[in-house]
Amino acid sequence: MNKVKFLFAGIVFGIVLTKAEVVSWYRIYEMFRFESFHMFGVIGSAVVLGIICIQVIKRFKLKDFNGQPIIIPPKQKKFWPPLIGGTIFGLGWALTGACPGPIYIIIGNGFLVFIVVFLSALLGTFLFGLVMNKLPQK
Amino acid sequence: MEFITQPWPWYVGGPLITLVMITMFFFGKTFGISSTLKTICSIGGAGKVSDFFKFDWQSAVWNLFFVAGCIIGGFIAANYLSPDYAVTLNPKTVESLQSLGIQNPGAEYLPTSIFNWDNLLTSQGIIFMIVGGLLVGFGTRYADGCTSGHAITGLSNLQWPSLIAVIGFFIGGLVMTHLILPHIL
Repeated sequence: MNKVKFLFAGIVFGIVLTKAEVVSWYRIYEMFRFESFHMFGVIGSAVVLGIICIQVIKRFKLKDFNGQPIIIPPKQKKFWPPLIGGTIFGLGWALTGACPGPIYIIIGNGFLVFIVVFLSALLGTFLFGLVMNKLPQK
Repeated sequence: MEFITQPWPWYVGGPLITLVMITMFFFGKTFGISSTLKTICSIGGAGKVSDFFKFDWQSAVWNLFFVAGCIIGGFIAANYLSPDYAVTLNPKTVESLQSLGIQNPGAEYLPTSIFNWDNLLTSQGIIFMIVGGLLVGFGTRYADGCTSGHAITGLSNLQWPSLIAVIGFFIGGLVMTHLILPHIL
């Protein structure tokens, strides 16, 4: 039952991203053409507010609802994986108009053909697991 | 109610995304969605062929509840909170899409002339849906995160690798949008 709270957080996230049109292919196309401030405003305001909130959490050593210290695991210090992987993802983002969260949300919107995009993304993750040792790691 | 059923502006959407991220911190978890793809591979037995998928996936099941919620939230927003499904785009964006053969850009939430079942086995459908999905799944795992894990959580936490990843997102997105899409739309 304690996992149901994540279901509710996901519901809120799905509603927010749909209503803010973040999951619209057109908005992504528009963003990559720099023809609207909308997506930059969404991501930018989320990050600026996020920086402030995380600084407050760290400064005041806030604890989570279970009384544990809030620890945000740092990302591994690498260069090529985020750059190459990020570029590969960017190509796919502009094609599908969807990052992983929106793939789920778009299926919920009723565009059921995105189940194919989801299964392809699963296959892509699986293929990464097969070839990862052959890729630059640092 | 009018305010809710209209499309939400960026200064509502952005802060609400931060609220979801912070809520997850207070639930004792870190916000990030692409890892659910790895978790589902692990549950499906991918650990038999690659050690990458051998991890305690039970510890990640909470995130599957989150993405199940995403599907429900998407359903609620589309069916009960959106009387009008149009997206108001920059006229320049509309013009460029029309010149590439997209009818009535923005009249629907996404271009269903590309994303539909009948188009799935055409070369266009394979590129946009299957190749696109493969790139998303492969790239996010290699980059160790997607828009939620890197662009939102990582940048908020001032992580250098996340800034590099976001630069990568834009290199890929710009190359696709400006150099490749004009030839395949």
